[in-house]
Amino acid sequence: MNGAQAVLESLKKEGVDVVFGYPGGAVLTLYDAVYKMKFPHVLTRHEQGAIHAADGYARATGKVGVVFATSGPGATNLITGIATACTDSVPLVCITGQVANPYIGKDSFQEADIFGITTPITKHNYLVKDVKELPHVLKEAFFIARTGRKGPVVIDVAKDVFDAKIDYKYPETVTLRGYSGVYDGHEEEIAAAVEAVRKAERPLIFAGGGIISSDTADEVQKLAQKLGVPVTSTLLGLGSVPADTEGFLGFAGMHGSYASNMAIQKCDLLLCIGMRFSDRVTGRVDGFAPKAKIVHFELDRAEINKNVTADLQVLGDLRWTLPRFNEQLAAVGESFAEKFKGWKDEVLKMHKEHPFSFVEQGDVIKPGALIRKVSELSDKDTIAVTDVGQHQMWAAQFFDVFKPRHFLTSGGQGTMGYGLPAAMGAKIGAPQSKVVLFTGDGSIMMNCQEFATIADNNIDVKVVIVHNCILGMVGQWQRLFYNHHYSQSELKGKTDFVKLAEAMGLKGYRLTKKEELDTVLPQIMAEEGPALIDVLIPEEEDVLPMVPGGKRLDQMVLGGSK
Amino acid sequence: MKKYLLAVLVDNKPGVLTHVSGLISRRAFNIESISAGYTEEPDVTRINIVVSVESKNELDQVVTQLGKLIDVIKIVNLSEVESIERELVMIKVRADKSNRAELIDIVNIFRASIVDVSQENVVIELTGQQSKIDGIIEVLSEYEIIEIARTGAIALSRGPVPVKRM
Repeated sequence: MNGAQAVLESLKKEGVDVVFGYPGGAVLTLYDAVYKMKFPHVLTRHEQGAIHAADGYARATGKVGVVFATSGPGATNLITGIATACTDSVPLVCITGQVANPYIGKDSFQEADIFGITTPITKHNYLVKDVKELPHVLKEAFFIARTGRKGPVVIDVAKDVFDAKIDYKYPETVTLRGYSGVYDGHEEEIAAAVEAVRKAERPLIFAGGGIISSDTADEVQKLAQKLGVPVTSTLLGLGSVPADTEGFLGFAGMHGSYASNMAIQKCDLLLCIGMRFSDRVTGRVDGFAPKAKIVHFELDRAEINKNVTADLQVLGDLRWTLPRFNEQLAAVGESFAEKFKGWKDEVLKMHKEHPFSFVEQGDVIKPGALIRKVSELSDKDTIAVTDVGQHQMWAAQFFDVFKPRHFLTSGGQGTMGYGLPAAMGAKIGAPQSKVVLFTGDGSIMMNCQEFATIADNNIDVKVVIVHNCILGMVGQWQRLFYNHHYSQSELKGKTDFVKLAEAMGLKGYRLTKKEELDTVLPQIMAEEGPALIDVLIPEEEDVLPMVPGGKRLDQMVLGGSK
Repeated sequence: MKKYLLAVLVDNKPGVLTHVSGLISRRAFNIESISAGYTEEPDVTRINIVVSVESKNELDQVVTQLGKLIDVIKIVNLSEVESIERELVMIKVRADKSNRAELIDIVNIFRASIVDVSQENVVIELTGQQSKIDGIIEVLSEYEIIEIARTGAIALSRGPVPVKRM
């Protein structure tokens, strides 16, 4: 067996059922093995498409996404996707070719120091120069990617390693002296958190993306029900409780709901679960949750007190801490729901008075109306994927997410161009679910080459372009903070997205009038197969409410759309 | 700003120093010095890092962020336990017949040593705590210092317990 076959054998042993990638010189032997072994592989049209597809696959399934790319430019094209996955803790294994051993360090053709370049944006990375290292490196890489706080691992393999003969044996276990992957917590921290709940009058649950990646949404739902308190979430926490849960306020932060942000500012106990206090969710840090005792349930010790100081920490894997927390709360025997009812009603009243909303305007299509309509046309198993910008926030506001792993978005990096390939990966990973992508006329152009991949493989993704002829979020900030100077943000070009779809081999539609949401859209959504739906909306549409940069969460700018 | 000396035990394999130093720079921590060397175990490297931080909280971040690295086996804050701290310096000073005797006196007072002499210069070597090394440099600055090479600090705890068992 050669190194390339050993790589594929290892992937099989790890249960990998598909690889996303793009061939090139340094990985030709690997691709020859793909050919001979008929290994399932999706050829994207760009390496960035491959890695976002693997990311979407990983977020939708909970499995490790796998990517192949060649050396030099092939591997550097993965960088944006690696950083995206790293910030959002998505498990990936990226196998990149490197020039052959004798050529390393000589500025050879298609040589780039991928180990050095990816060190800051991976959970861990390797440069494999000896074929003997391959089996244990692969075993470690999958173990590291999928345990603890998940993340991307890069394995850069010298070209001659793929060709070298190996007496292949895959290790059964991993031995890493500094990493166990086990994060059991401490009973006394849980007891302290229970005591904090007993003393609280106005508690609030703040659900983060860690709940999704640790598959503990059911425990959080149990907790919410037991306590009978309101629940808010981060952007990546959407889906941790079903959208129709009584007491769910939508997400919090810069464009989060009024009630979420006000409840954070008014509560006296904030149960923060699997979140990292991004500046987008805290607003001004020194005014964040001023009255609250903050309890931070977190697996990554380095997240505790990094951005916001916690009063109590509950360290450990949520799969360990949350069931125990629920058990201990049950053992207390108090009727929490009764005790906290007044507070919950107060918050729900705020939410009823200030829901996410928009104002209808003639027969134009308002983005809120569009997304709400798509949400109504979707079943509870539909996976919504977004790109980045205004449409992303509108999707988070108006699309009802009912299950974990059903709202996929680039949260931490805000990567434009993420959406189309991620939606494709999600559909491949979860073929039984409908997949709808919300994107903008800015975002879609960043990886629109993947329409070809979608069409060629008949990957059933409905692509909704929220088309306002401007980089919407950039334009909004220019409108609000730069005196309406739309510097380089206007996109009034000649691109015809319907024709683009047709050119790439899928159906394209255009909606321009409000009534088409009721007449045409349902038909398109019900059709089999991929489609692009170009929806024209007004240009000067703000995402509201909004916490301006540097302000506290309770200094929101309110108002629905004009 | 307060300084702390951290002993970081890491796997002895290629790329580890890149992981450690890369983490420190991208997290914007203030590093005074960093030095690495072999240990009594051939597969373990010891990296000695002196950080200067504003608060205990920041120090905690340095330690926990470093602790996330897969290659890092153990981190001990040696400033919290009784320990002996040393740096090594070599100083090249302009010297001729007229002042060589004076320099020898200074070297003796500091228990340093002269490790090289020529007609025009001497090279002085000293190991000691940072303050002692700062001291000799200050005294020698009255002469013409041609060149200084200085290592970062390393430290060992007092008593029989090694860092790996702390």
